Amino acid sequence: MADTLHCRPAQTLLRLALAALLASAVLPLQPAVADAPQASPVDIWPKLRNGLFGDRPIREDDADVVQLEAPARAEDAATVPIAIRAGLPQTPERYIRTLYLLVDNNPSPVAAVFELTPDSGRADIETRIRVEQYTDVRVIAELNDGTLHMARRHVKASGGCSAPAGKDPREAARNAGRMRFRVDGPVEAGVPAVAQLAVSHPNASGLVLDQLTRLYEPAYYVRRLTVRYAGKPVLSADIDFSISENPNFRFHFLPTTDGELQAEVVDTRDLHFETRLAVKPGHVGAAVPP
Amino acid sequence: MRPVDVRTAAGRAGMLVGLFAAVSAFAAVADDWPLESPADGVFVHLGAQALASPDNGGDIANLGFVIGERCVAVIDSGGSASIGRALRAAIRARTDKPVCYLIHTHVHPDHAFGDPAFAADHPVVVSHAAYPAALARRRDHYRHGIDDSLGALGAGSDSAVPSLLIDTRQTLDLGGRRLRLDAWPTAHTDHDLTVLDERTGTLFTGDLLFVDRVPIVDGKVLGWLAVIDELLALKPARVVPGHGPLNRPPAAAFAAERAYLASLVRDCRAALRDGVSLADAVERLDGGEQRSRWQLFDDYHRRNVTTVYTELEWEP
Repeated sequence: MADTLHCRPAQTLLRLALAALLASAVLPLQPAVADAPQASPVDIWPKLRNGLFGDRPIREDDADVVQLEAPARAEDAATVPIAIRAGLPQTPERYIRTLYLLVDNNPSPVAAVFELTPDSGRADIETRIRVEQYTDVRVIAELNDGTLHMARRHVKASGGCSAPAGKDPREAARNAGRMRFRVDGPVEAGVPAVAQLAVSHPNASGLVLDQLTRLYEPAYYVRRLTVRYAGKPVLSADIDFSISENPNFRFHFLPTTDGELQAEVVDTRDLHFETRLAVKPGHVGAAVPP
Repeated sequence: MRPVDVRTAAGRAGMLVGLFAAVSAFAAVADDWPLESPADGVFVHLGAQALASPDNGGDIANLGFVIGERCVAVIDSGGSASIGRALRAAIRARTDKPVCYLIHTHVHPDHAFGDPAFAADHPVVVSHAAYPAALARRRDHYRHGIDDSLGALGAGSDSAVPSLLIDTRQTLDLGGRRLRLDAWPTAHTDHDLTVLDERTGTLFTGDLLFVDRVPIVDGKVLGWLAVIDELLALKPARVVPGHGPLNRPPAAAFAAERAYLASLVRDCRAALRDGVSLADAVERLDGGEQRSRWQLFDDYHRRNVTTVYTELEWEP
C-alpha cells in the first residue's frame, strides 16, 4: 500500500535544509572566499545535499526517472517558469513520492518539497520560481524504493528575490488567498488528468528593503499546499518565497468515475484558504470562488 | 566675464550659444548635448534607442523641460547623475530662471536617477502618489543595476524622494504657463504620471508611449490600453514619448503601441484558453507581424509575454 501524504515529515526536511543554509550563510565572510578570483557564489550544494540527503547516493541525469525544464536565460527573474517531467507513471508498485525543487544560489534554496502518491497519476509539476542570481536549479526525485535521482539546469537570471516582484503590490495585498482551479479536459476515468491551481498571494520574500523606513517588508508567503481528489491526497507541498508571487502549479491527478478536487493553502500568517472543483468524466472546467 | 553672464546671454540670445562656446566650457557642453524644441519653451533630449551600456552612458530615455515666466519644470532627470548634470547644463544654457519643479513620470532607472544633479536647485519633487512605495521597493535594485550596466559612469545616481504627490490631477503654475499633471491607474507601471503643457498642447507621456522601441509592460496591459484612450481624449497637439522620436502624430503613435499591446492580449488569451503553459507560451508567442515593427523586440517581448500571461490568467 502506498504511503499517505500525512506520513511524510516534509516540514522537518525543510527545516533541516534551512538549517543547512543558515550554517553556510557565514561562508562568504571567510578568507578563502575573499581570495576567490571571481564573485561567483559559494557552492552551497554540498551543504544542502548533506542536510537533506546525508550520504545517500544520488543518481544524476537519469531521464527515465526525472527531467527538469528551465530557461537558460530567464526573461523575468521574479517569474521563471520551470517544469519537472517524470519519466515513469505513478503506479502503486513504483512511483515518485517526493520531489525536492532546489535553487542553489537563492537566499532560501529549498523552493518546494512536493509529495506525491500513486493517485497523482503522473509526477509532472510546472511552477514559477524566483531566481536571485545565476544558479543551478535542481530537482531530486525520491522513489518509493528510497532511491534518489537528480536533474539540474543552469539558469541565468538575477534579482528575483530582492527585486520588486509585484506589478501592483496594493492589489496583490487585497487579493491574497483568492484561488482558482482549472482542469483541462476532457477528463477520462483512469487516465492522468492535468489540473492547475493558481493562488493569488504576494508570496513576499522579506528581502525587499524599504528605503524610506529602512525596514525589510515582512516575509509573507504560502508555506503549505494540499490538493486532494475524491478525498485522497494527490499533491502536497511545503513551499517558500522562492516560488513566485501568485503561486501557480500544474500537476496531475488520476480521475475515477466521479470526484472533487479540493485544495487547501496555509500561509505564514496561518491563514487558511480553500477551493473545490467537482470533476466528472468528460468534464472541462474552472472554479473561482468569490 | 563671469560664467553666469555667458550662460544668461546665451539663454536669451538662443542662436548665439555657439559663439560663446569658445569662452564657456559650460555652454559648450550644453550645446553639444542634443536638444529639440518641439514647441515654444518646450525642450526635449532624445535618448538612444538602445539598452543602457557604457557606450551610451545610460542615456536612453527622453527627458524634457518647460520654461515658464517664473521658473522651469524638469520632466525626468535621466539614467544617471551625469546625465542629470548634462540636462541641467542645457537648461542653464537657455535660461537663468530657477528650476522649481522636478517631475517624475515614473521610477524606472533610465528616467528618474539623474535627480542628484538638481539637488542644489531645491525643486519641488513631484510624483504619482504610488511613487514613494515603488521607489522604496526598487531603489537598491535599480542602483545596483546602474552600477552593473554603467560602472563609474553611473556614479552618484539616485532618485529624489518626492515632496508633492499627485493622487488624480493637479495643475502647476510656472508663471503664465500651466502644466496639467495626471496620475493614472496601473498601466506601464503602478505610478505613471503625465504632464500636459496647456499653452502648447504638448503631452509628456513618460513610458505610457513608446515610439519605435518595443513597449515594456511593468504594470497591467489592460490598464494601459484603457489609459491610452484617456490620453487621446486629452487631444494633445503633440506627444513627447518616453522613448523614440517626436515626429509622429499622437493618434498614429498611440495606434502603433495599442496594436502591439492588443496583440499581446489576444495571443496570451488564446494560449490560456488552449491550456498552453507559461513556459510554452513564452516559446511560442513570437509576436508575429509585430516583431519587425519594433526596435529591441527580442530583448523585451518574451518578458512582456510573461507579464501579460500572468496578468490575464486571472481573468474570469
